[in-house]
Amino acid sequence: MSSAAAFAVEEVVAGYLAAPVLDGISLGAEAGTITAVLGANGAGKTTLLRTISGLIRPRSGRITLDGVSMARRKPEDIARAGIAHVPEGQGVISELTIEDNLKLALLLRPGGERAGALASIYEQFPILGQRRRKLSATLSGGERQILVIARALLTGPRLLLLDEPSLGLAPKIVSQVMELVRKLRDDSGLTVLLVEQNARSALAIADQGIVLNLGKVVARADAASLAADEGLRRHYLGF
Amino acid sequence: MTLLKNLAVTVLVGIVLLILSYRIGSFRDYELAEVAAYVTAVGGLTMLVGISGQISIGHGAFMFIGAYVAALLLQHLHWPIYLLVIAAAAACAVAGGIVGLAAARLRGPYLAGATLMLAVALPEIAGRYQGIFGGDQGLDINVTVPASLGVNFQLTQWLAWVSCLTALITLFLLANLVNSRVGRNWRAVRDDEVAAALSGLNVAQLQIRAFVVSAACAGVGGALLAIVLANVSPGTFTLTLSIALLTAAVLGGLGSLAGAVWGTLLFVFVPTFLTNVAQSHGLNSSASSSVPIAAYGVVLIVVMLVFPAGIQGAVRRLLGIAAPAAGAPLNVLRRQAPAPDPKENTTALVGTAPPEKGKGTT
Amino acid sequence: MQEFLEFTLGGISQGMVYAAIALSLVLIWRGTRVLNYSQGAMAMFTTYIALIVINHTHSYWLGFVVALASGLVLGAVIERVVVRPTTSRPPLNAVIVTIGLLILIEGLAGIIYGGQFRSFPPGYSIRGFNIGHLALGISPQGLYTTIAVLLAAAGLALVFRYTAVGLRLRATAFNPDVARLLGVRTGRVLTLGWALAGAFGALAGVLVSPTTFLYPNSTDLIFVLGFTAAVIGGLESPLGAVIGGLVLGVLLNYVSGYLGSDLVDPAGLVALVAVLMLRPGGLFSMSTVRRV
Repeated sequence: MSSAAAFAVEEVVAGYLAAPVLDGISLGAEAGTITAVLGANGAGKTTLLRTISGLIRPRSGRITLDGVSMARRKPEDIARAGIAHVPEGQGVISELTIEDNLKLALLLRPGGERAGALASIYEQFPILGQRRRKLSATLSGGERQILVIARALLTGPRLLLLDEPSLGLAPKIVSQVMELVRKLRDDSGLTVLLVEQNARSALAIADQGIVLNLGKVVARADAASLAADEGLRRHYLGF
Repeated sequence: MTLLKNLAVTVLVGIVLLILSYRIGSFRDYELAEVAAYVTAVGGLTMLVGISGQISIGHGAFMFIGAYVAALLLQHLHWPIYLLVIAAAAACAVAGGIVGLAAARLRGPYLAGATLMLAVALPEIAGRYQGIFGGDQGLDINVTVPASLGVNFQLTQWLAWVSCLTALITLFLLANLVNSRVGRNWRAVRDDEVAAALSGLNVAQLQIRAFVVSAACAGVGGALLAIVLANVSPGTFTLTLSIALLTAAVLGGLGSLAGAVWGTLLFVFVPTFLTNVAQSHGLNSSASSSVPIAAYGVVLIVVMLVFPAGIQGAVRRLLGIAAPAAGAPLNVLRRQAPAPDPKENTTALVGTAPPEKGKGTT
Repeated sequence: MQEFLEFTLGGISQGMVYAAIALSLVLIWRGTRVLNYSQGAMAMFTTYIALIVINHTHSYWLGFVVALASGLVLGAVIERVVVRPTTSRPPLNAVIVTIGLLILIEGLAGIIYGGQFRSFPPGYSIRGFNIGHLALGISPQGLYTTIAVLLAAAGLALVFRYTAVGLRLRATAFNPDVARLLGVRTGRVLTLGWALAGAFGALAGVLVSPTTFLYPNSTDLIFVLGFTAAVIGGLESPLGAVIGGLVLGVLLNYVSGYLGSDLVDPAGLVALVAVLMLRPGGLFSMSTVRRV
C-alpha cells in the first residue's frame, strides 16, 4: 500500500443549489489519522467528500494531497492520485460479481501485483472470497460495506473518504465496520476522512472531529474533547 | 388580454401580407403560399416539442396524410378548399391521436424511433399501392380562382391568399392554445411529469392532445402544400422533410411560434440558395441537391451544441427580453429516458449547471 | 413444410443484419444513454468507402476490412467531437444531434458519391442452396451473413467477460460515477464503445447492401428495423439484441412469404408499435437500478 498522505481543504466554495453548499470551508489532517466529519443532514458533509474526490467541481478554493493540488481535476485522475472515495449508498456495482468489482479496482495496479493483492484481500475478508463469483446484488448491507471498503483498499489509496458507512446497518455490523476502519489506521497508517451521522461511533475511533453546519466548519477539536463537549453534542450532533 | 393581442397581431400581419401579395409579383406570391403551408406544419411541431415536451421526426408523414386526403377528396368529390383543409385536419387529428396513444407510453428516444419509423414507412407504403396513390408521379391537383374575383385574378395570388389566411388562423389558434390552461398544463408536464401527475393532471391525455393538435396542423400544411404545388407524390414527403421541419422548429426556437416563421423562411429559401452556390462551384445537380440536406444536419448539430434556444432565443437575448420559453428546450424530455439517467448525475459533476430534479437519482 | 423451412432460414440470415444494427445501438445505449439515430447512415457511409476500395483493388475482403476499420474510426470521431458535448445537457439535445448527424451523413454521401443506386458485391453466391429438389431458402451469402454476425457478437461477449477493457466497458455502462471513482477513464471507454458500435454498423452495411443497393437513404429502413430488434430485445442486453434480430427477421420473412411482400413494411411498423406499447423495456430488459 502506498504511503498515507496529509490533505488540506482551503476556503472551498462548492455545490450547485441557489446558494453554495460549501461556503468557504477549510479543514485538513495529518497523514495516518482519522478525521470524523459530523453535522446534521444538509450541512454539506457529502458535498465535501464529492468535492474532494472530484465529482463536484469547486468554484473556488484549494484542495491538496501532500501539498499537490487536486482541485478541478477529473475524478478518475484524482482516484489515480490516491484518493479513494466510498460514496454514500456504497457504490457497489450491483450488476457485476464481487470479483469483478474488486478486479475493477485492481486495474489501477501494475499487472504483476494484481493477483497477489487480490489474494491478500480475500485473506483479510474471507466472506468476499467465499462469494466471489456471486452478483454483488445478492450481498447484505454489511457485506456490501465490506466489499466497497475492500475495493477501495485495492486501489492502494493514500487518503480514504468514507461517506456514511454505517447507513442502514445493524449496530453490531456498524461496530465491525468501525473496528475495521480503526485497524486500517492503526496497522496500515491510512489517512481517513469519515463522514458519519452516527457521531458517537465515529468519534470513538477518530483522532480529530470536525462539525459542519450550513457549509461551514463550526467546531474543530480532537475527538475526545468533542465527545466530551455536551453543549456541542446536543446542539449539532443530537446526543 | 393576450387573446386581443394575438388577434391584433394576426390582423396586422394579415393586412401586411395582403398588401404584399399585390406588389411582389406572381413567382413571389407562389413562394409566399409555399412558405405559409410549411409554417403551419412547423408551428404545430414547435408547439409539440417545445411546449409539450415530446418529439416527432415523423411530421412529414402527417403532412403526407393531409396532402393525400385533400388530393383524393378534390379528385373524387370536388370539395371546396376550406372543406379540404378541414378534412385534412380531421384525418390527421385522428392519425395524431393514434400516434399520440403510442407516444403517451413512450419516452424520448423510443418516441423518436417510432415517429422515425412512421416517416420512413409511409412513403414506402404509398409507393407500393400505386392504384390509389398514383405511384411515383403522384396525384395532380387543380384548384381554380373563384369567379367572384374576376377573370384576370392571378392563380398564384389566390393561392397566397388561401395559404396565408389558413396559416394565420392556425397560428392564431395555436397561440391561444399555448397561452390557455391546456398550454400551461403542457408546460407543467414537460417540466416535471411526476409533479404534474401528482398535482392531478392527466398526463397521458395531455400528451395525446398535443399530438392531435400538432398532427392536425401538419395535415393542414400538407393540404395547403398539395394545393400550392398542384401535385402530391411520395417523393415530396421524405424523411428529409420530416427532419427539415424539425430543423426549422429548432432553428426558430422550440416552442416559439414567431420562431417557427423565421425557421421556415430559412428552411424554404436557404436550400435553393445553397444548391445554386454548389452548382456554380461545379457540383453536378445530384450532388448539389444534397448540399441543403447536409446543411440541415449541420444546423441541427450546431444549434443544439452551441445555441439551444435557437433564433428566437438569440433575438430575445439581443432585445434583453427575459425568455420563459427559452428555458423550455433545455428542460424538455429531461426525465423521459426509460431508465434512471446517469447524465443526471453527471450534471452535478461540473458544478456550474443547475441541478436536474431527477426521477432516477437516489 | 418446405416453405416454412425456406422462410425460416431466409428470415434468420436477414434477421442477423437487424441484429448487427441492434448490437451497435445497445452498445451505445448502455454506455452513453443515447440512441444513435445516425447508426444506419454511418453504416451506409462506411459501405461506400468499402465500395471504392473494392472497385480499385478488386478485393472484396480488403473492402470488408476497410469498412470495419472506417466504422471504428467514424464511431470514435463522432463520439469525441459531436456527442461528448451533449452529456451535460438534457437528453433531447442528444436525440436531435444524432438526428442531425443522420441527415448530415446522408447529405455528405449525396454530395460525395451522388444519389444513384449502386450495386455492392456480395461476399458469396446469392443463389440458394438446394439439397436435391429441396430449396433451402438460404444462400451461401446468407450463411456467411449469419456466421459473420454471430462470430462478431460472440467476440464482443468474450471481450466483455474476460478482458480488462470489457470490464471497464461494463462498469462504465452500469455505473459511470463509481467507475470514475475507481480511476476508469470513462471518456475513453465511451469513445471505444462508439467505435465498436461503428464497426458493427459497418458490418451490417456491408452484409445488407448487396440486396438493397447502395444509395444515401439505403439504410433508413434497415436502421428502423434494427431499432425495432433492439427494442424487442430490451436495449440493455447484447444477447437480447441478437435474439430480437432473429425474431424480427423470421417474423417479417413469414409475413413476406405467406402474406405477400407488400405487407412487410406495414408489418414492421406494427411490430415496432406493438413492442413499444406492450413492453417499452423489451422482452429481456434488466431493471437496473443505478446507485452511487
